[in-house]
Amino acid sequence: MSAQRRAAALLALLAAALLALPLVANAYLLSVATLILFFAFSGQAWNVMMGFAGQLSLGHSLYVGLGAYAAAGLFFHFGIGPWAGIWLAIAVCVAAGAAIGFLAFRFGISGVYFALLTIAFAEFTRIGFDHIGWLGGPGGLFIKVEQRQAADLLNLRGPPVMFYYVMLALAAGAFALCAWLLRSRAGYYWQAIRENEEAAQALGINTFRWKMLAVVISAAMTSFSGVFFAFYYNNLFPETIFHISRSIEIILGPIIGGIGTLFGPILGAAVLTILADSITDLLAAVGLEFPGVKQVFYGVVLLLVVMFLPHGIWPALARRLGLDRKS
Amino acid sequence: MALLEIRSLGKSFRGLRAVADASLEVPEGGLVALIGPNGAGKTTIFNMAAGVYAPDEGQILFSGRRIDGLRPDQICAAGIGRTFQIVKPFAGLSVLDNVIVGALRRAPSVPRARELALGILGRLDLAAKKDLPASSLTLPDRKRLEVARALATGPRLLLLDEVMAGLRPTECDQMVEVFRELNRGGLTILLIEHVMRAVMALARQVVVLHHGEIIARGAPAEVVRDPAVLECYLGEDAAI
Repeated sequence: MSAQRRAAALLALLAAALLALPLVANAYLLSVATLILFFAFSGQAWNVMMGFAGQLSLGHSLYVGLGAYAAAGLFFHFGIGPWAGIWLAIAVCVAAGAAIGFLAFRFGISGVYFALLTIAFAEFTRIGFDHIGWLGGPGGLFIKVEQRQAADLLNLRGPPVMFYYVMLALAAGAFALCAWLLRSRAGYYWQAIRENEEAAQALGINTFRWKMLAVVISAAMTSFSGVFFAFYYNNLFPETIFHISRSIEIILGPIIGGIGTLFGPILGAAVLTILADSITDLLAAVGLEFPGVKQVFYGVVLLLVVMFLPHGIWPALARRLGLDRKS
Repeated sequence: MALLEIRSLGKSFRGLRAVADASLEVPEGGLVALIGPNGAGKTTIFNMAAGVYAPDEGQILFSGRRIDGLRPDQICAAGIGRTFQIVKPFAGLSVLDNVIVGALRRAPSVPRARELALGILGRLDLAAKKDLPASSLTLPDRKRLEVARALATGPRLLLLDEVMAGLRPTECDQMVEVFRELNRGGLTILLIEHVMRAVMALARQVVVLHHGEIIARGAPAEVVRDPAVLECYLGEDAAI
């Protein structure tokens, strides 16, 4: 019980700090914090599939991209705001996830082959979007940038601090949702499937149905990342948003933080983003600016974590803090 | 009436006949052992009853309803629990969580499943180890966990696939006692077993399978004296 209370205290402290952050942070820090929350949220969404249900997706950029294009397309052409657009984004992502899941699980594709299938879908969607002129094709889709001090939440147009709070709300919501899922029937079934699918099925679990649910929930969650991305950055290119490097960026956080844990994706996103940004800045300060330094850094961190903390940073940290009982 | 009825079951793998025209019945409340030398087709029959694969010929009826060709989860839902010869614990989960997964088959909520699971862990002497990760258990405990998980689904028939294999004689005797008690409580059991010590102590009826065909059936003491059974177990070695 006391471990649980300590975890709750830690959570409350974290929430308070995050809520108060814009009061003290400058524009740069705020943008870094927003990015951390973005990756924490996206990592949390990916974690539902891989961390909970054991289904490795290396193509989550597909859902980011589809979600982004769905909402941005509606806004660009019809002036429909993101809160209406999100429903289309969710629908498109759920349909894509369900299609991939159905193909894979119906025909017994699992493990690495499943991962390859997710990459394949993301890749051909990327190439496909190059040929959709209505959404800008390879030239990109741009949402009009307006300098506004007043936050227009309805259309997600406003100052950076508004985006920060929107992303914070999303990340908090994802955390709460995942915490609830993990303790529900779905959480138990997913973990059983992750640990041993054959045994899970022998215990009466319709593994096809529950794996599909994991994919669909993960895809629906990730569609929010896409919508946020579109309205935060105001530009979309198939070449970047569907690119596999975006998928990798999403999954690095939970892998480094701790796959299958609730705090792992948050911690991983924070560690990676802060360290990567400081290193880039540091090198820039001493005049050693070269492209790809971030990726090299990601590689090094991943290597270290895999070697020394194979379960990620969070489980080890939780033991240190006396928060053991998986939180 | 027979709870499980296997009618002239047949199964081939790439032309190799694993099971041919095998029929057997497990009465309600019964405790039947299926024995035979390696490669006799025991596990094939077991897997067909558990829904791992569908038979080529014949039928399987569970309390009068055909279940052959159903998926393993549907078989479980019908009321048949199974264990695996090579234990398959959910290694990363705690012992309790392992059993909760099984209990959720019949419990309407997680808290209710937890209650059921705790009760079953008590019956199998695993209560003290409920918070340990399943990966840390010893083999006898893993076998117990395998049984606990299957029991948690609330089966009417329990299929046991060589649960005694790898256990020391004393551990084996403890397991025998567990199953005897479960059977007394009304649970029907069909076990595949190599360990004759357990078969003789447990089974009320023994069915002997050899080269995919049933060559003898009856009370344990009769079956082990049957010349055909003796030949299939000992004769082949003697011929070498």
